[in-house]
Formats: sequence, structure tokens, C-alpha cells
Amino acid sequence: MHAQLNKRDTAGASLCFSGIGKTFPGVKALDDISFTAHPGQVHALMGENGAGKSTLLKILGGAYIPNSGTVGIGERTMAFKCAADSIASGVAVIHQELHLVPEMTVAENLFLGHFPARFGVVNRRLLRQQALACLKGLADEIDPQEKLGRLSLGQRQLVEIAKALSRGAHVIAFDEPTSSLSAREIDRLMAIIGRLRDEGKVVLYVSHRMEEVFRICDAVTVFKDGRYVRTFEDMGTLTHDQLVTCMVGRDIEDIYDYRPREHGAVALKVDGLLGPGLREPISFQVHKGEILGLFGLVGAGRTELLRLLSGLERSSAGHLELYGQKLLLRSPRNAIAGGVLLCPEDRKKEGIIALSSVAENINISARGAHSGFGWLLRDNWEKSNADKQIKALKVKTPNADQKIMYLSGGNQQKAILGRWLSMPMKVLLLDEPTRGIDIGAKAEIYQIIHNLAASGIAVIVVSSDLMEVMGISDRILVLCEGALRGEQRREHATESNLLQLALPRQRADGQAN
Amino acid sequence: MTTQDDALPMARKPLDLRSLLDNWAMLLAAVGIFVLCALLIDNFLSPLNMRGLGLAISTTGIAACTMLYCLASGHFDLSVGSVIACAGVVAAIVMRDTDSVLLGVGAALLMGLIVGLINGIVIAKLRVNALITTLATMQIVRGLAYIFSDGKAVGVSQDQFFIFGNGQLLGVPVPILITLVCFLFFGWLLNYTTYGRNTMAIGGNPEAALLAGVNVDRTKIIIFAVHGLIGALAGVILASRMTSGQPMIGQGFELTVISACVLGGVSLSGGVGMIRHVIAGVLILAIIENAMNLKNIDTFYQYVIRGSILLMAVVIDRMKQR
Repeated sequence: MHAQLNKRDTAGASLCFSGIGKTFPGVKALDDISFTAHPGQVHALMGENGAGKSTLLKILGGAYIPNSGTVGIGERTMAFKCAADSIASGVAVIHQELHLVPEMTVAENLFLGHFPARFGVVNRRLLRQQALACLKGLADEIDPQEKLGRLSLGQRQLVEIAKALSRGAHVIAFDEPTSSLSAREIDRLMAIIGRLRDEGKVVLYVSHRMEEVFRICDAVTVFKDGRYVRTFEDMGTLTHDQLVTCMVGRDIEDIYDYRPREHGAVALKVDGLLGPGLREPISFQVHKGEILGLFGLVGAGRTELLRLLSGLERSSAGHLELYGQKLLLRSPRNAIAGGVLLCPEDRKKEGIIALSSVAENINISARGAHSGFGWLLRDNWEKSNADKQIKALKVKTPNADQKIMYLSGGNQQKAILGRWLSMPMKVLLLDEPTRGIDIGAKAEIYQIIHNLAASGIAVIVVSSDLMEVMGISDRILVLCEGALRGEQRREHATESNLLQLALPRQRADGQAN
Repeated sequence: MTTQDDALPMARKPLDLRSLLDNWAMLLAAVGIFVLCALLIDNFLSPLNMRGLGLAISTTGIAACTMLYCLASGHFDLSVGSVIACAGVVAAIVMRDTDSVLLGVGAALLMGLIVGLINGIVIAKLRVNALITTLATMQIVRGLAYIFSDGKAVGVSQDQFFIFGNGQLLGVPVPILITLVCFLFFGWLLNYTTYGRNTMAIGGNPEAALLAGVNVDRTKIIIFAVHGLIGALAGVILASRMTSGQPMIGQGFELTVISACVLGGVSLSGGVGMIRHVIAGVLILAIIENAMNLKNIDTFYQYVIRGSILLMAVVIDRMKQR
């Protein structure tokens, strides 16, 4: 009843933040944020890492309760105490990590929490019909009976959007929705967002990708360090540079800052490697001091290849040579012992130990070699190494004992780089090193990568950001559907020839493989 | 105070009353309950009662030290109650047959170590859920204790054996000394060795720990093996106090130990735990039980009260995290 009332009131209303503030222990995440997003507009939120965009979305979604300020929809002031409050008021937040149950079917996911049922017995047929109606026009090809876990990431996102719409959402907020989508999936998402706008919804759009913001958004609000900077309402006259300058607070010409380097001997030689996720044997080599880009669409096998190289997955054929020495990988420990180090794609799940301190996260791998008898910690080393890496990599943290979960994504990534910089390193594997990281921190991370390469480390970078791959790599390998499709030297790489290689030859992409 | 903080915003850690309370609250609560009992209950502070309280703490305290590692790594161990009983029985039987205290204690500890190793290997290598694994070994070991002893208490006649339970050093009973040593040793181990830090990392995020090069399987096996060994030590001490190995003791003991840890603030989902949590939890449980006994509260009511306290502590902990 309550929910119905709210929904009726919110149609056609604008979303207004006034004086929002949120503090975490030691960190002021948001400070006096006020702005309005109008219905029938796509409103982008931009800002550097840790600028507070995600925190604001969490407040909107009811996950955090602000310390001060209010969220208003139309005339009404909302006081969201939990996610259910926010959903009942017609707000839907589509997070980067989707909140769906992979083991249940699409239909069940769509109606989780309010199945069509009588006396607690679910009406399967009705469920299926309603699910079909929900998906109609959004993703007609998805079968509601399919297990969600079998859909591609892009399709799962569409399911999340369909779920939001089925609950009568009026305000829809997207947090980095395209970070793991293929180009075609992005096109489809953009079309859907355009439709939501035309239907008079309030759409908030958090993204680091400039081209998307210029393509789809009608207004941009820029945050910096948890503070509101300004809102651009007139996208026609706004330039790329203006926006970047506003976000970073300084002019940047070339964030990739590429400098040619000398390449040395072959560092890592991959010969006929086969394993889960790879369809054909893969062979290539990377040289000392070289940055090798690995590009491909989602499902091309890039992450799978890195998992094989880091010993996380066992190869079924082929072998590896590290500076002429055979490298046998049974577990990540073998790879690490050899100096082949991986920064994983999903920082939260595979990278950081969230509840532990920044120092702990930095020291965990190297401390064995710096401990008495291999297990007695040396307090001096622990402290000095953590401080050294924090300083060298400019990790923004109040102190080394801060829990790493309170740091922004970019600073978490720097801490993981610090973990590997404490170790003897020969080959660095980076999986989407700047995923979900803003421009300012990105530039710093590119700088770190370049310096590492210049010091003689071979770097392999996986990225789905074409500009990034082209910007930092000396050479680019293109993967498609689990096979190596081609190679381009930096001088010859163009967006079109790389994409040409990355696109499957015959069938259209977008389907779960 | 405020001006100082403003002047040096980054250099100084702000004195955060909240985090101070978070870290020490349960230990303070334990002290508070102790003072309250001392004021309100006659004979609570009497040397005899203090001795009894100390002994009550010892068995739970020793086992809780290593249960902390199981919990911190994101697992738990239900077999410890059975290990305690079986260790006492094994020690008593071996001493009866060989007349050697050393062999008896050695055999008991070896038994605990083997049970722990089996738990660890099944959990780490075969990736079976810890609940099921230790539920199974709990029953197996309990069964073995009955089989070995033929279902009856096995008496001990070697005087030297009673040192573990009834000996004194400078007026302090040996079990209490052993407990203190365990608190100090395992507290130190957790904070100042790679083993301790790796335990926390595994509980905090097993995948990240693996990718960071932590030997996850080996660490888990060590955690359970040590827990089995220390459980057996607690069993030996208990048998020594009771001058016999009894196959039926320690039923439900594993739950008491886990409750003590969780009551003190150790997280059931892993990655959070400190030795002071364990000390606080063990103290609170033991003091309350002691007080209830002194007040002649019926055993049946004691269950209800103990359960309620645990529930309250966990609920308060959840509310703090909001």
C-alpha cells in the first residue's frame, strides 16, 4: 500500500539531492552534495576515484544512511533506511556487481521477493508469462527458463533493468554499466537508456568513459573529493577537455604518457598453451621491458589466458619458458616464485583482503622472504615496506593501518601493485588494471606501468578499453573466441583494424558462449 | 585536543573512542561483570572460588585459543569435545598398560594431532565443508573413546600424571598457568608470524590469499592439526584433574568454545579475531556460570541464560556493524 502511494507520486518528478554528507571512520566520503536530476534526462555523474559517486548511489539505493542532508523525489522527502524503502519509492540502482542469483532462472530472478503465488505455492505459468512480458522489448532473445548464470554479463544487466522496470522504478541509476560489456552490448544498452529517458524517467549514469557520456547524457555533474564541483546542463557546448579539466582540476594532455623504450631478450615465451576457455593453442612471446596489450571482446579468453599464466588454472597442453628456463605452474605460488605476478580483474573478489589493513595487503606476499626463519615477522620491515610502497605509489590513505575496504578502487589497485613491487618481479600480468578507476588515478597507474617496463619488467596488459590498449602497449595481441587472431605493432594499430580482428568472423556476438 | 588534530590531520591517528570501544568493549565487559559479581555475591572473591573459576576457564580457554584460528580462517571445528574425551581415555589406557606417563600423554597428543590432520586434509585438499567434516570426526572420535574404554571411565594411578591438573607453581594451579601460556603464545602467533597473518588473510578472502601466494591448503591443515593437538592437551589436563579418562565428558564442549569466541567478538565468517576477544568471551562465560552456581540457580535455567547472553552479544555485534 505504502509503496503504491509513493510510486504514484513520483511519476514525472525530479530527483533532488540537498546537502548530502556521509562520513566513514577517517574518511569524509561526501560533503554537502546538492543537485537536481530532471525527468526525461540522462544525468551523468563524473569524478575521479573516490570522488563519492558510488557512495551517493549507495545512499540513493538505501544501502547507506547519510549523516546529513536529504534525498527528495518531486515534492516528497525520502528517508531511505534500507534497500526495500528505496525500491518501494521507485528507485532502482543497477550496480556494477549485479544483485542476482546465478543458480536461479531468469524468471525467478525477475520476481525474487514477490513471486506470483497462491497460499505460498508459486504459479509457474504465470511467472513465466510475466517474465516474458517484462523482457519484451528489452531482451526478447532471453528465455525466462534459462538459468541466470548461463547468460552473458550484458544479458544479466538487461535482466536487472527489466526487474527494475517491473517494479515501477521511476529513478534508475547505473553504476559503470559498460565496464564489462562488448561493443555491441553497449550499443543495445545505450538504446535502452535512451528509451527510458524518452519515457520520462530520471536516469543517473555513473561512468568514466567520456565517449559514452557525450553520446547519451543530457547533463553532467562533476564531483571531486566528495564535494560537488558543478553541473553542466548544456552538452552541446561542453568540450571533452573542459570536462576533464573540471574533473581532475588540472589540464592533462596525454594520460597514457607513452615513451618508447628499449626491449631486451625474450622474457616469457608461451608455446602452444591450451586450457579452460581457450579453443586453439596459443603461442606468443613478450620481451624484457615490453608492454604487450591483450585485446578482445568479452568471452574472447583474455582473462582465461592470464589465469593460465598465473598458475590459477592448469594448462592442458603447451609450455612456458621464463628467460629460457622452463616454467611449470601448478599453483599461483609457482608463478609468484618465478616472478610472474598477476593483478586480477576483480579486485574485491580476488585482489584485496577487505577487512585487513593496507599494510597487511601490501606485505602479505613478500613478508615470507623478510621474516625470521620464514615465519617470524620483522616489525621494522613490515612498517617500512608498507610506508615505502604507499609513498612510492601515492596511495591515498590516512595511514597504513586503515582497512583497505575504505579506500577507493584506484588506491586499492595501487596497494596491490605495491604488493608485487615488494617482490622480485619479472613479468607483470595486469587484468583490466583501470577498470572502474577514474582518469586521475588511471594516469598514475599508467605512469607506474611505464616505469616498471622501463626498469626491465615484461608487462602483459589485458583491457577491453581500446583507447587504453592502444595508448600504453608496444604491441597488441587480439584474441577472439578463445583463439589468437592477430598481432599489431603500436605504429600500425588503429581502432578499426583491432576491432576487425576482435569481432567474430561469422556469427554476431552478444550471445553467451 | 581538537586543535591538535586540526594541526596534524594526517600525521596523527585520531583518538577514536568508538574504535577503542570496539576493540576493548568485551574485555571491559568481562571486567565489569567480575566487579559486579565481587560486589554482589558473597564468597565470589574467596580463594577457593577464584581457584574454581580459574580451573573452569582453563579447559575452555585452552581449546578456544586454537578455535580462534579455525574461526578466523572462516571454518570451525566441532570435533574438539570428542577429542578431549578421547585424549583422556587414550592417556589413561596407555598409562595403565605401560605405566609410563610420558607415553600416555604422548599417545593422547598424537591422537589429537592425527584427528586434526584428518580434519585439515579433508577440508583443505578434498574441499569438504568444515561443518560436515568435523561433524563426522566428532562422532567417529567419540565412538572411538567409548570403544577404547569399553564405555567406562579408565582410572589413572600414576601420581606424576596429576601434576597437569592438580599441581601448583607458586600457588597457582598448573592448568591456569598452561592457559595463560596458551593465551600469550597464540596471541603472539596470530600477530607476529606469517602463519597467523596468513590465517587472517585466508578467512578474509581465500581467493585473494591464494593469488597473493599464500599456501592456503597447508595453512588450513596446520590450523586444524594444531587445534587437534591443543584439544588433546586440554583433554589430558581434564583427565588429570579427574584422575581418570572418561569417554562421556565434553559433550557439547565444542559449542561452548565456539560461543566463547563469538561472544568475545570473533567473526563466524572469518577474517576477524583477536586473542583478547577469546579471553573476554571465555571470562564472561565462566564468570557468569560461576555466579549462577554460587547463587544456586538451577542447571536448566543456566542453559537458558547462557543462550540468551550469546544471542544478545551477537545481536549487539550485528547492530554495531550497521
